[in-house]
Amino acid sequence: MKVAYYPGCSYETSGKDYEISAKMVCNKLGIDLVEIPDWSCCGSTAAHSTDHLLAVSLAARNLALVEKMGFDTVTASCSACYQRLALAQAELAQDKKLLEQVNEITGYDYKAAVKVNSILEIIAGLDEESIKAKITRSMEIFRIAPYYGCLLVRPSKVKIDDPENPTIMDRMLQTTGAQVVDWSHKTECCGASLSVSNNDIVISLVSRIIKAANAADANCIVTACALCHLNLDYYQSFATQTKGALKEMPIFYFPQILGLAMGFSKKDMGVEYNITDTSELVKKVV
Amino acid sequence: MQRIGVFICWCGSNIGGVVDVPAVAREAAKFHGVVYSAEYKYMCSEPGQEMIVSAIKEHRLTGVVVASCSPTLHEITFRKNIARAGLNPYMLEMANIREQCSWVHQHEPEKATKKAIELVRRAVAKAGKLEPLFESAIPVTKRALIIGGGIAGIQAALDIADAGNEVVIVEREPTIGGKMVLLDKTFPTLDCSACISTPKMVSAAQHPNIKIYTYAEVEEVKGYIGNFSVVVKQKARSVNSNCTGCGACWAKCPTKNIPNEFDLGMSMRKAIYVPFPQAVPNRPVIDRERCRQFVKGKCGVCKKFCPTDAIDYEQGDEFITENVGAILAATGYDLIDWTKIYGEYGYGKYPDVVTGLHFERMVNASGPTGGKILRPSDGEQPKTVVFIKCVGSRDEAKAKEYCSRACCMYTAKHAHQVLEKIPGSQVVIFYIDVRCAGKAYEEFYLKTLHEGAIYTRGRVSKIYPEGNHLIVKGADTLLGRPVEVVADLVVLATAMIPSAGSADVARTVGFTVDKDGFFQEAHPKLRPVETNTGGVFLAGVCQGPKDIPDTVAQASAAAAKIIGLLSHSEIAGEPTIACVNEAMCSGCLACRGICPYRAIEPKEIVERLPGKQVTRVVASVNSGLCQGCGACTVACRPGALNLKGFTNEQLLSEVDALCQ
Repeated sequence: MKVAYYPGCSYETSGKDYEISAKMVCNKLGIDLVEIPDWSCCGSTAAHSTDHLLAVSLAARNLALVEKMGFDTVTASCSACYQRLALAQAELAQDKKLLEQVNEITGYDYKAAVKVNSILEIIAGLDEESIKAKITRSMEIFRIAPYYGCLLVRPSKVKIDDPENPTIMDRMLQTTGAQVVDWSHKTECCGASLSVSNNDIVISLVSRIIKAANAADANCIVTACALCHLNLDYYQSFATQTKGALKEMPIFYFPQILGLAMGFSKKDMGVEYNITDTSELVKKVV
Repeated sequence: MQRIGVFICWCGSNIGGVVDVPAVAREAAKFHGVVYSAEYKYMCSEPGQEMIVSAIKEHRLTGVVVASCSPTLHEITFRKNIARAGLNPYMLEMANIREQCSWVHQHEPEKATKKAIELVRRAVAKAGKLEPLFESAIPVTKRALIIGGGIAGIQAALDIADAGNEVVIVEREPTIGGKMVLLDKTFPTLDCSACISTPKMVSAAQHPNIKIYTYAEVEEVKGYIGNFSVVVKQKARSVNSNCTGCGACWAKCPTKNIPNEFDLGMSMRKAIYVPFPQAVPNRPVIDRERCRQFVKGKCGVCKKFCPTDAIDYEQGDEFITENVGAILAATGYDLIDWTKIYGEYGYGKYPDVVTGLHFERMVNASGPTGGKILRPSDGEQPKTVVFIKCVGSRDEAKAKEYCSRACCMYTAKHAHQVLEKIPGSQVVIFYIDVRCAGKAYEEFYLKTLHEGAIYTRGRVSKIYPEGNHLIVKGADTLLGRPVEVVADLVVLATAMIPSAGSADVARTVGFTVDKDGFFQEAHPKLRPVETNTGGVFLAGVCQGPKDIPDTVAQASAAAAKIIGLLSHSEIAGEPTIACVNEAMCSGCLACRGICPYRAIEPKEIVERLPGKQVTRVVASVNSGLCQGCGACTVACRPGALNLKGFTNEQLLSEVDALCQ
C-alpha cells in the first residue's frame, strides 16, 4: 500500500523518535510512505489561531502537492499536522468558494479530493491478523495508559474516534499482548503549545495526567502526538518534583511499542531519545 | 344557471384602508353568473349577515361569495348564515382579501385592488360550479379506550367514567400507576407521590365503569370517530383470576436476584412478582424468560404453594375486541439513555453517577434503600452531591434540542431533600438556566437556594473518579472560570423522551408524531388535546415533556373533549370528503397506498354489460375515516376520485378564472 506522507516540522526535532519508529513499523507492515516533495508548513498553531484563510491555504498547498503526486490518501504522524490537513480538506470539500479563493493563493488547481488519515488510522486499518503475524515479542509486562490528546478526536468533523472514550489505539496495542488500562484521562488537555509561553499551566495539567495514569496502575503512557509526548515526557519531572509522590511514567509513541513487539531494536525504535527513563521497562522485553 | 351574490367586506380599515372596496364590488357585478354585488363595513356583524339573508331571498340567489378574511376565521359563520336563508351551507365560497391581499400589500393599494378583483373572480368561478353537500350522521359508541395507565390515563379514565361512560384502560406493565408511583415527594408542595396517586389507582380499579387490562397492548385499531374496533392483546400472565394476591407464590419462588424494573435495578425481585406492594391489580405475573418452569421445564414451586390454584403455566396470549367511540393516547415517557451519549460522564461506567429517577427511588421510604440517600458503589452516605441539569435536553449537538420542563423543579426538590436528610451536606447544581414557571415554583426554588444549594451556571465537561470520589469538572460562566467539585454522588437530570414503543402506538392507532417522536396535537394552542385523526385524543408527556400538574390538567381537558364527543348519540360527518366515480375507476388502487387515514378499501361491484354481468374491483371511501385531505385525488390516474367541495372541475374553473 502506497500512501503520501507529510512529515511536519517536528520530524527532525522533538518528534524524531515518532518519525523513525512509525516509518520502520509501516515498512514492516507493507505500508510504503512516500514523502511529499517540497512540503511546507501545515498551518498549525501560529497560523490557525490568527488567520483562518492563511491556515487553510498553507494546508491546501500540501494537499495540492499530494494530488499532483497522483495519490489519493495522505497521512501524517504528528496529530497537529493531521488535524490541520484534515480540517482544511473538510472545509475545502464543502465550500467551493473557499476552494477557489485558496487555489488562487496557492497557484494550484486543487480539486479537494484527497483523503487525510492519521498514521494511527492507517495502521489500525490493516487487518488485525496481519499485525499479529509480525509480532515476535510479547509486551505483556507493559501496562499501558493510552493517551490520545485532543487533536485526533476533535473537532467532530475530523475526529478519528469517540472524543470521550477513544479505543482505536487501545485495540492496536492489545495485539502486542500489552495490557491496556482503563483510565480517565485519555483525552485530557496536556497544555499543548502553552509549554512555550505558560509552562506552569502545562506542569499542572501534565501532573494530573501522570497522577491518573498512576492511579490506574499503568507503568507507561503511550501517545500518538509529538506535542503530547514532549509535554508529558519533558514536564513530568517538574510535575513529579513539585506535586510529589508520583511514580515516573515512561512515555512512548505507539509505533515504538508496535516496533519493539515486532522485534526491532531499541535503537531502531529511537527509544533512547525519550527524556523520562524507559530503560527499566524496555530491558525487560529486549 | 347559478344566481350568485357577491358580498365584499371592508373589515373596517383592515381591507377598506388598502383595497378600493366599492370598485371591487362594481367589477364583481360584471362577472358571469353574478346577479347581485354589495359591500359593507363588517360583513360578519349582525347587520352584515342580515344583508346577506335578505339578498338571498330577494334575488333568489343559489350561491354566495363572501370576500373578506381567511375562511379559517369565518367560513363556518357564513355557512350558518346562508343556511338561515334556506341555502345549502356548502353553496358558499370565500375570497380571502385580507390576510392574502390587504395585509400583505399595504403599500400598493392599486395593485391590491386589482388582486382583490382577481381573487373575487376566482371565487365566483368556483361558486358557479358548487353543488349542495350534506353532512352524514355517524352513530357514536359511548365508550372510550385509554392507552397507558399512568397518572394521565387514570385521571382521564376517572373523569370520563364519572360522567357515565364506560372506559377501557390498556396498560403495558403488570400494574397501572406509570412513572408517578415511582416518585417520592412532588414539587412544589412536597406531598408524597404514592400517597396521592395510589388512591387514584384503587378508585380506577373499583370504578364500575372502568375496565383495566394490565400486561396488555393494543394490537389493532379499525374504524373511525365514534366507531372504533380495537383488538387488545392480553399477554399471558400465567396467573388466572383465582388469585387473591396472598403472596405465597413470590415468597416461595426460588428464582431470586432478578433486577427489579420498578426500582430501576437497585433492588431484586423473584421470577413471579408484583412490581410493588400497592400494585393494581395486586396480581403477580410470571417472568417467563427467567422462570425455571419455563427456562428449564421443571420447578412448579409457585403452583404447589398457591392456595387458590391460580397458577396457569399453559396460559396463552389472549386477543379481545373492544368497541369504543373515542381513543386517548397517554403513553408517557422514558428517560433518555445517557450512558450511550455522554462519554464525558463516563458512559455509565461509574456507579455513583445516577439519574434523577434513581435518586427518587433512593429517597423514597419504600425504595431499595428505605429512603436513605446512599452511594450505589459502597452504600456510604454522600457528603457532597452534584446535580447536573439538561443532560440530553437543550443539547442539540448530542441529544435533544428541547427543554424537558420538569427537571429544574425536581432538581431543586432533590437538592432540598439532600440538605434536609444529610446534615452538613453540600449540594452543587450545574445549570444552563433555572426555569421555574408555575404556581409556587419560583418560591420553591428560592427556598432551596436559601437552604444553601450552590447553583453554578455552566455545564460539566468531565467526571472522573479519584479514590473514593468523583471529580466533577465544569465551568462557572458567571465567574468566567473553570470549577472543580470533589463529589460523592452525581445526579443527572436526563431528558424525557417518548416511551419505548410509542411510535408503534401512533402507527397502530393512526396518527402522526412530531420530529422528536412526541404525539402531534392538532393545533398547539387551540386544539392541544386532539390529534389530526377524528376521535383520537392525547394527554400527558406522550404529547411533550411536562410535569404532573400539567399532565393531570391535560388529562382532564382530554376527558372533557371525550365526554363531549360521547354525549352525542350521533355526530355529523364532514361532507367534504373523497368520493369515487365507480364508472371511471379502473380498480388500480393507487389511492389506497397514498391515503394516510386508511380510508380506502377495495370493493367488488357487479356491472351489467350487454348480454352479461361483470364483477370487478373499484375503490371505495370509508366516509368515517376520510379526513378530506385530497391526496387520493392526485394519485388517481383515470380521474375517478374527487374531493367534494374541491372537485377537479371546481379547481380548474378557478384556475381558468385566474388566468383570464
